Amino acid sequence: MWTWFYRLASPPHVYRVAATLIPWFLTAAAFAIGYGAIAGLVFAPPDYQQGDAFRIIYVHAPSGWISMFAYSTMAVAGAIGLIWRIKMGHAVAAAVAPIGASFTVLALVTGSLWGRPMWGTYWAWDPRLTSELILLFLFAGVMSLRPAFEDSNRGDRAAALLSIVGVVNVPIIHYSVLWWNSLHQGATVAKLGKPSMPPSMLLPLLSMMLGFMCFFGAVLCMRLRGEVLNRERQATWVREAIKS
Amino acid sequence: MNVGRPIEAETSVGARRAMMLIMHRELCLSFRRPEQLLQPLVFFLIVTTLFPLGLSVQLSLLRDMAPGVLWVAALLSSLLSLDSLFKNDADDGTLEQLALSGQSLATIVIAKTLAHWLVSGAALVLVSPVVAIGLNIPVSAFATMLLGLALGTLTLSWLGAIGAGLTVGLRRGNVLLSLIVLPLAMPLLIFGAGATDRAISGTSAAGALYFLASLCVFTSTLAPFAAAAALRIALD
Repeated sequence: MWTWFYRLASPPHVYRVAATLIPWFLTAAAFAIGYGAIAGLVFAPPDYQQGDAFRIIYVHAPSGWISMFAYSTMAVAGAIGLIWRIKMGHAVAAAVAPIGASFTVLALVTGSLWGRPMWGTYWAWDPRLTSELILLFLFAGVMSLRPAFEDSNRGDRAAALLSIVGVVNVPIIHYSVLWWNSLHQGATVAKLGKPSMPPSMLLPLLSMMLGFMCFFGAVLCMRLRGEVLNRERQATWVREAIKS
Repeated sequence: MNVGRPIEAETSVGARRAMMLIMHRELCLSFRRPEQLLQPLVFFLIVTTLFPLGLSVQLSLLRDMAPGVLWVAALLSSLLSLDSLFKNDADDGTLEQLALSGQSLATIVIAKTLAHWLVSGAALVLVSPVVAIGLNIPVSAFATMLLGLALGTLTLSWLGAIGAGLTVGLRRGNVLLSLIVLPLAMPLLIFGAGATDRAISGTSAAGALYFLASLCVFTSTLAPFAAAAALRIALD
């Protein structure tokens, strides 16, 4: 039953599996993002308060979500590599870090573009923005720690440990929404909050989420293949794989 | 086959005794190099002097900015001394001997971090009233500020132990150490500056202080193990 899982510890197997997954992920992403973009940007009704400006949510919310998901993926993959000494865990963690950082930047940029018409400012020290920025710093820390070691094995394990420590901080950052507001009286931030959206707005958003997820999976597989090749460059199977 | 046992029994010490020995050694070493002890404190004083000079010297404005200035300067000056937490011992091989001593690595981390906090964090807390007077913080807020700083610097020492453990094998790990530790220390800044801010405005700072205390307990229970794991990566 677990053999499929154990086989994921083998670099050539991972290299092949990632290759077969890429077209599936890309196709699914194209359909989901295609539908989500057209339905969200064209057919969904404008928001009664924000008008058409709300439509940036179709990029903003999925990328913010993926940024958190990518960090969790990195920490879990790092933990797998650290605890069970599975090298592919570290390869996944190394491959996912720049993707996660990119989505974090995308979430921050789209958020600040959205903030300009809605809040009147590109940047506010709102807990949400700050926590996302800290997430970016955590990504930066992990990404700069790994190559700092000459021994790549040691760098992998140090980066894994740091990303696990960072995960402990994530809920603290998350709940600072409540804490910070209680300490600082800031501008009251209008958010697209709990009230349920009409299906014509919500379905494109969910579709975009799914599409971003698949796109994330596709890019992760691509980067993972490169990462595996680089790590296994001394192995004979790599020579054969490149020749064929 | 029993030959080794009596000697082992003689040389092995309990965890508490080992901690006391390591702390004593660390404190001795620190006080024999007083300049290393004083430099972060002088840095703390200088940085807090920079702010009133760079900003316009309006006392009301200064009072609003004081908690943030005080806490940022405290974080930065604590970072300065963190680099040497494990580095000197790792360079001359003491750390490996300590790791081979049979004591758990977490015990060693706890002893070294506490000793480090006594000469860096606690010293900074003692100096802070001088800075606070310069920043126009009212004396009524001193108790909150001192308690907050004590909890905050101890928490930072625990976080810093993780960072120092991760970067101990690196030749130029100092900048990297700041890069790793500062994002983790941001909640500290929020609650620490918040508590001082509330104490200055005369409202109850209990909530923020409780959060600082909980962060301190949280890090002091878990960080020794994370730092020990980091050291294990560096050592093997």
